[in-house]
Order: sequence, then C-alpha cells, then structure tokens
Amino acid sequence: MAHSVRRDAPELPDFSLLKRLARDQLIYLLEQLPGRKDLFIEADLMSPLDRIANVTTLKQHDVDKLYKVEHKPIVSTSDQLCFLIRPRIKTVKWICDVVNADKAFGRFRRYKIIFSPQKFYACENLLEEQGIFGDVTTDEWSFYLLPLDDDIISLELPEFFRDYFLEGDQRWVRTAGSALHLLHSVYGPFSKVYGIGRCSKMAYESWREQVEEGEQRARQAEIGNVFLIDRDVDLVTPLCSQVVYEGLVDDIFRIKCGCVEFCPDVTSSDKSIKVMLNSQDKVFNEIRNEHFSQVFGFLSQKARNLQTAYDKRSGMDIKQMKTFVSEELKGLKQEHRLLSLHIGASESMMKKKTKQDFQELLKTEHSLLEGFEIRECISYIEEHINRQVSMVESMRLLCLLSLTENAFSLIYSSMSYFLSQSYGIEHLLTFSNLKQLGLLVEQQPGETLTVMESRVGKLVNDKTAGKLTDAFSSLAKKSNFRALGRRLNLVPKSDEEYDLRVPRDMAYIFSGAYIPLSCKLIEQVLERDGWTGLEEVTRMLNGHEFAVTAGSNGSDARVKTDSQRIILVMFLGGCTFSEISALRFLGREKGLKFIVVTTAITNSARLLESMLDNHA
Amino acid sequence: MIRGKPDEDDYWNNSKFKAFTFDDEDDDFTRLKESKRAVNSIRSLVEEEDEEDDVEKVSWSGEPVGSISWSVKETESSIRSTGEVRDQSFPKIHTAPSLPKNSSGYSLSSLFKGKAKTGSFQSFSESFGDPSIRNYAPELRKPKSEYKDYVSDWTPEETVKRMQQGKVYSLEKFRSLQDKLLLLDEAVNAHDGNVITAVLIYLKKSLSKEILFRELITREIALRHYIHYLKEIGEQKLLVELFKSMDRTEDMALMQYRDHLNVRDENKRRDFLKNCLSFPFSPDDATHVQDHYTLLERQIIIEANDKQVESSGQADIFKKYPRKASILNMPIITTLYYSCFYHYGESDGTFSSPANIRKTFRISDKQFLLTCLGARAKLKAWFDVDALFTTKNWLGYTKKRSPIGFHRIVDILQKNNAPVQVLQDYVNLVEDVEQKISLAQKYKCHDVIINTYRDLKDRQQLIVYRGKVERSSSEYRKIEEILSNSQLRWKN
Repeated sequence: MAHSVRRDAPELPDFSLLKRLARDQLIYLLEQLPGRKDLFIEADLMSPLDRIANVTTLKQHDVDKLYKVEHKPIVSTSDQLCFLIRPRIKTVKWICDVVNADKAFGRFRRYKIIFSPQKFYACENLLEEQGIFGDVTTDEWSFYLLPLDDDIISLELPEFFRDYFLEGDQRWVRTAGSALHLLHSVYGPFSKVYGIGRCSKMAYESWREQVEEGEQRARQAEIGNVFLIDRDVDLVTPLCSQVVYEGLVDDIFRIKCGCVEFCPDVTSSDKSIKVMLNSQDKVFNEIRNEHFSQVFGFLSQKARNLQTAYDKRSGMDIKQMKTFVSEELKGLKQEHRLLSLHIGASESMMKKKTKQDFQELLKTEHSLLEGFEIRECISYIEEHINRQVSMVESMRLLCLLSLTENAFSLIYSSMSYFLSQSYGIEHLLTFSNLKQLGLLVEQQPGETLTVMESRVGKLVNDKTAGKLTDAFSSLAKKSNFRALGRRLNLVPKSDEEYDLRVPRDMAYIFSGAYIPLSCKLIEQVLERDGWTGLEEVTRMLNGHEFAVTAGSNGSDARVKTDSQRIILVMFLGGCTFSEISALRFLGREKGLKFIVVTTAITNSARLLESMLDNHA
Repeated sequence: MIRGKPDEDDYWNNSKFKAFTFDDEDDDFTRLKESKRAVNSIRSLVEEEDEEDDVEKVSWSGEPVGSISWSVKETESSIRSTGEVRDQSFPKIHTAPSLPKNSSGYSLSSLFKGKAKTGSFQSFSESFGDPSIRNYAPELRKPKSEYKDYVSDWTPEETVKRMQQGKVYSLEKFRSLQDKLLLLDEAVNAHDGNVITAVLIYLKKSLSKEILFRELITREIALRHYIHYLKEIGEQKLLVELFKSMDRTEDMALMQYRDHLNVRDENKRRDFLKNCLSFPFSPDDATHVQDHYTLLERQIIIEANDKQVESSGQADIFKKYPRKASILNMPIITTLYYSCFYHYGESDGTFSSPANIRKTFRISDKQFLLTCLGARAKLKAWFDVDALFTTKNWLGYTKKRSPIGFHRIVDILQKNNAPVQVLQDYVNLVEDVEQKISLAQKYKCHDVIINTYRDLKDRQQLIVYRGKVERSSSEYRKIEEILSNSQLRWKN
C-alpha cells in the first residue's frame, strides 16, 4: 500500500504560521473593542475559527457570550456587541435591524463588525443607508487562508463558485490575489507562475499589483512555483463520483473544514462523533488516497498486525509488561480506536453504496466519459429521474452527459421536462442557472440565435468588443471533452486491465477510467515548463493560459533548489479530494510536492447545490 | 519603479491640476501605519485596513511584553529571514477582457492638454492601457515636497487604486457622464468586483436609471455586477425594469416567477402563478409555468377533499394508511403516486384520478408505469400490478408487456418487498437468459432457475444447483425428478 516515496521529495513548508497570524490579528481586533462584549459569529465561520482559536482564547479577550448568527432578534444583555461575519448583504441587513431595534428602544450599545476576510463597499453602503454608519465600527480580519492539512489550504469561501462563475461577480478576485500575496510574502518569493482561466489571470494580476505596491522582502523561497486554475476549465472532474477513500468519505459524510461527523451507524455506539481527518491520523493517512476497493484489505491487514502486537503480552514477565504498558499500549489503543472507526466508516459506506446500485451508476459514468453506449446511459438517467431517485444525482448525471456529449442539446427539452415533473417545476430556475454556467446546453432555436448574433454584431463595432468573447462564450460553448480526452489521453483504453493496487497513472482515482483533466493539465505544463505544444488543448479550453517567470533582470540562476520542486496549485472555484489525491500521486511519481490552495473543498453535491434556486 | 520622465515632471510643476502627492509618509496616518506595521508582520494585512476607522489604533503602541503584540512580533521575526534581495517583479499579462489597449502616440502632457481643451475622453481612456503611461502612478507616490489638502484631482485610475487599497477616496468629482463612465471602465479594468459594485452604487445614486441602463448594455461585466447587486439587496422592481429596458424579457419573467417562492399561502400562491402565465417566458418555460399553475390548482382541490374524507373516517384507505403530509406543492410525479395510492380506479373525469393526472401533465408511459407500479406494490396490490402489464391481443390471449425491461420491474418489486411467488412471474419474463438466471439466483426463485436449466437442457448446471438447495426441499425433489426423466435429451 505504502507507495515508495522518491527519496528526494522536498519537505513541505510549515503552514501553522498562517494560523498564528490569523489568531493574533483576531485578538488584536477584539482588543479594539475593550471591555466585555458578546460575540456573534457567522455560522460558516465557526468551524474555521475553531481551527485557529478556542473559546478560552476568546474569553481571555473579554468575550462574554458567544452566539451564532441566525438572522433573528437577539437576546443579548451586553453593552457591547461584536459581529464576526462574512461580508454578506443579508447578514449586514440583519445587523442593521438589530441596531435600529436598539435605537427604537432607546438602548445604547457599542457595536463592531469584523468582516472576514475583507469588507465590501456594498456592505458599508448598506450601513450608511440604514442610518447606522458611525454607530457601528467596522474592521477587517484578513483571515484568508486556513491550513486544513500539511498540503491543503482553504480560503473557505464556497460562495466563490456561484458568485464568480454564475453571477459573474468578481468580488473575490482581489481576495484570491491577497491570499496569493500572503503566501508569497511568507513562503515566497515565487519564481514561476502558470495558469489557465480568466479568473486565474485576474487573480494573478491582482496579486502582482499587490506585490508591486508592497515592499520587497528578501528571504529564502520555500515555494517556487505556482499553478492557477479556474474551476470551469474542468467541470467534468468534480461531477464524477469519488471512489478514493477521502473523496468517498466526503461524498457520503461530508467533511467540513477537515472534520467529519460519523453517525452512530459508523461508531457502532449510540452517539455520533466528530473526527479530524488529516495526516495526524495515522490510519487515515495511509488509506486516504487509496481506491476504495483496496481499503478493506489494508484495514484487515492492519487489524491483524494490531492483534499480534497485543498478543505479545502473553508470555511477558512483569518487567516486560511494565514497559509494554508504558511504551506501547497507548499507541496501540490509539491505533485501535482509529482502526475501528475507519472500518466502521468503510462498512457503512459499503452498505450505502450497495443500496443505491453504485456499480451501475459508476458504469454509466464511465460510459459517459468514454463516449460509449450513450443511448443506454440516457435511458438509465431517464429512469433515474422517473423513479425520483436523488435529485442532485440526477442533475449530476445530466450535466455529465451534457458536458461530454454535444448532442445533449437535442434532448435537453425532454430531460428538463422529466426533471421538473419528478422534482418540482420551480427547478426551471435551477435549469436557467445550469444553462448560464454551461453545465447544461440547450439547443438554440435559429431565431434566438439570430437575434443574439445581430446584437453581438452590433456590439462588435463597439469599443468594448473585447469583453464580448467571454460574455457570450456560453452561447458557443461546445463540449470539447471528447477531443480533449483524445488529445490528452484522459480515458485509458477500457480493454486493458487496470491494477488498482499498483496504480500506473492518476486515472486510478476514478478506477482507471479517467485521468482528471485539471491534474493532467498541471502535469503537462510542469513537464513542458509552459504551454508550448498544448496550443490546441488551450484553444479547446477557451484560452486564457499564461506562464510567467519572475526577475527579468538577468540574475536568474535557475538553481534547482528544493523550493523549485514545491508547487502551489490554486483552484479558483474549489477542488475535490480526488484531485488532491491525484496530485499527491503525481508528486510521488515525479519527486515533487504539491500544495493545494482552494477557495473551498468541493464535490458534485456541493457544486450542484450551489446552483439550486428552489427556495425563497 | 521610479521612472523619471522629464515630460511628467514638467507637467506636475506647471499643470493647473494641483500637484497632489500620494505620499503616505506625509499622511496623517503615518504614525498609525508604523504601529500597525509592528502588529501585522504581513504587509497586505496592513494595507487592507480602513484608515478612517483606525484612529484608535494609534494609541495602541507601547504595549507590555507578554501581551499579544509581543507574540505577534515574535511571529514577525520568525517570518523575516535573511537572503539576498533579488528583483522579484513579475511581468504583467494581458488580462482579458479589458479596455482596448492601443499604443497611443500621446505623450502624457499632450494628453492632459487634450483633455483640458477638447474633452477628448475617448483617447484619454485608451491611453490608460498604454503601458508606458500606466506606470506613472507609482511615480506619484514618490515623496513630494508639499501636501495639498485637495483630494479631488485623483484620476479614475488613482481613485480605483485607492478604493482597492481601502484608502480615502472621493467619487463626488466624477460628475459628467463621461467621467462617471471612465471611472466605471477603470474599475472594470482593475478586475475588482468590490470596487466595480462600489462605483455602480455611486452611479445608481447619481444617474437616472434610463441613462445608467443604456450605458450598461454595452458593459457586460459591469452589468452582471449590477444585476447581482440588485438581486442581493432585493431591488426586484428595478431589476425588472432593467431587464425590460434591455429586452431580456425571459430573464425578467423568470425573475418575477421566482417570487412565488416567497408566497406561503397556497391560494395566494396559486393566484400569483396565474398572474405569471402572462409573462414572456420562453416556450418551454411557459409550458412549465402553466403546468405549475394547473398542478397547484388541482392539489388545492384534492387536499381539501382528502382532508375532509380522512377526518370523517369514511374511507378505509386513509384509515389504513394515514397521510403523512399534505400533497400541496409536491412535484407532479409525487402527485401521481399519491393519486395511484389513494385514488386508484377513480373515473377519468375526476381531478384526483391517475388517468386524469396522466393526461393533464402529458406523463409518458414509462413514467406512469414506474410510478403506478411503485404505489400499487407498496400497497401489495399484486393484482393491480399484474393488470398494469397485461394486454390482450385480438384473439383474446393475454400477454405481459412493458415499456421498461422486466429486469427493472423485478428490481422495483423486490424493493417493495414483493413475495417470491410474485417476483418469479416477472423474473420469468426477462428475455436475456443469463440475466434471468442471475436475477433468479439473487432473489431465490428456485423454480425459475430449475425450469430454465431444464429448457436449456443443461444437466451439469442443474446438478450443480442441486447441491445448493436443501435436501429435504421441494426444489430438490423437483430437480431429482427432472434429472431422472429419461425423455429429456441433455446437451451435456
């Protein structure tokens, strides 16, 4: 199981520093409101906050009571209220209501809003409009980066995907740039940046500007290279079912901020427990990147070893027993606990997957990726919808079909009809979103097209012509997946046996059926040290690729230091655990270390749920 | 960074534009910055701070050792490490989309003269794209002798930059339409959504909506920010007007339709949907919305009726299987299932009958069969299940037919806990022999397996299977019987 690690693989930088920086800044900000205060925390900031500080830390800095932001009237009796929130209109509106209610009651309090990771003008404008600008002080907690593990850093901004790719709002571009800037200042200077995608380009540009604005600090680089990638360069990969252990756990139990809650079903007790999943968990660390089919064998081997270790006790004399208890027993017990937990999780996942005919589902997915037996796939999906099996699953399969098969547009109309019949007519709002994003492609009736064309034509004469290519790219968004697959060998020939025990390429994360496009691009660009030779590929991906090198002043010594073999990959719009596993595999093969920075950990369900528009 | 262009220096000394410096050293906030720098070792953290709000922070300097700031400083020292200063600057890459970047031949001074005289804004904006001119902004930050308390001469680019950095800025001076648009284009050019929205908020306040809408038509990126902003602050009416003015009628219709989700009361919701029918949806969506209205209308009628029947205890079906939830706002298929469950066999004329629902919502044969099958199997009404598949041909013989493969039917029946006697009838109907056998084995339909092997004349398999069943069972006896039948001609 344990892959042979190339001995020369460099060490990863220590990212705990980022946590300390965030914690220290938070404490500083809390001290800006001296005295006792109640703290209201935005729900999805609570887990990230937990990772860097604890209640004691907050209490030490005069935080009296802690509340979750629930958009309801508050009950606090404190004279000082502090709000730790994301810069969201909805939350700010709620705060305005709280403050104005106090005013109406003639109650005087001091208020402070701490926006994380930054404030937006739209939020401040709301404070102004609601007449409480000035009554409320605002601050920014630049908590851009949360290290989730040795090699995963998250911005914890799941809304990035919808805001940018669906709504076309670039509010997080500078945030991404600032996050890069922070990494650059602490672990840089970077010497090379590669990227693909419009947002990547903008984030690069924003980062570059911030570097120029700031002072240069000389230091030894710990991270040499950076790769930026937009999520919409590869939407196929995150829509696939995950079968690598960590990905599967995420798909089934949902890992939140590096932590998972295992239900009683798993723990074989009457209560759920929360478990941190990271490299500290020795058992997990060995199975996280493995194909699920390999995990059982590994766990049972491990259990046997454990048994042997325990069995040593028999035949020990008192003295030996004493050393055993003091030295080994604790470790064994710990391992025992972890082992039984992961065995429980595996069993539970097995059960769930058997129940939903996972095998058949995977077969359909693989056929779609291969472009094989499409007709059968369609009728499978149709039945899936008709039987009202999970809506998100149905949508996922439809989107995969649309992304891989151009002819989908011909059946869009009937498929959307089935969907709305099975899951609710209001989902026509969801379809509209999926179309906007290009996840579903509808056939364009000739008439609509000409209207569009004429408008495009009119605008081409305009000065702003450059902006149009993107705005209307979804119109012409044709799936190039098949061509890309052939070009980059993403889909290995199905007649060859694929040994999942000894994976030969990154395809193992999808049972040997598909190499994730995102990771393949990274591999190719690193190999070629740029995009040369990939022109056709980038054209099919809508372009926006770049590769830039720092320090054009000639002193480029090109030292092959360790830092050059540490590559920071930033996913704008989220990445999946499967992709992280694939990159770890690639790193082991090439003697590289990848650090994944992502706006959030995503998977098919999160991605599609962010597109739903069926609630008020 | 410092590029001494004689042209520029001349300009700054002579121009009627007051020579303002952007020099932070002279700023009132300098001291504040110094102390902040000590706190935040990472410069970016500092730069993002809003200076106006930080006046308190100035006093926060002589902190005792052991406090947070002490530990912060410790952090800082660990970050700072030695090494040689290299030129780490990265090249700018063209970030599409952006303003057209013509290499304009204007020198900076001639450009500004041009502005003063003729107000030729187009060329002005174009030249911002020119890299040789773009770089003058850092130049301005160079220490300059005098500080003039006059902020309104910031160019669009400087203004946008200051907004990005969270510094003091002022938008009031952008009064002419050209100035406003220049500012907007510059914000778009900077790719910072936060600033784009901020500028749009200013334009929203200072321009009539007709003018703003007109200008946004050709500015797709700004337009999308504006739409998103209006959505977030809930300015529904304005959005509708915006879509209307842009001829985006379908977006407008969807936008308004979306509002039905906020209507809780079912009767009001129905009326709301009725009102939606006249909106300019795309043909597909128009059908959907019409269905939505019809569906809710029916559901309200069915719900009222069934609630009454259930509470009066008249019908057995409701007593035996009390309703778990109301049928209101459920999808079409769920409604059909409900109707197959509680209203099976009603005449086509009633709203609640399966046939009526099937016809009204153009439900396909497959969908109907699957749903009906599920409902009847749940009730263990195997007779009804049989009837679903039975067709008579012109000679009066009956035959079982299905628009879906029988292996799927078996699957559904099994999931609804159908007994083996029922299951095996359907396993028998599976055409593919291998599939039939594997299903039969999965669900322990011994007769099917035995008969199939007999029909295949496969003695070996039959012998193998004999080993799998209980010696005392009837299956065993049956296999024995067949094996000892001398009339059969085995193939092996």
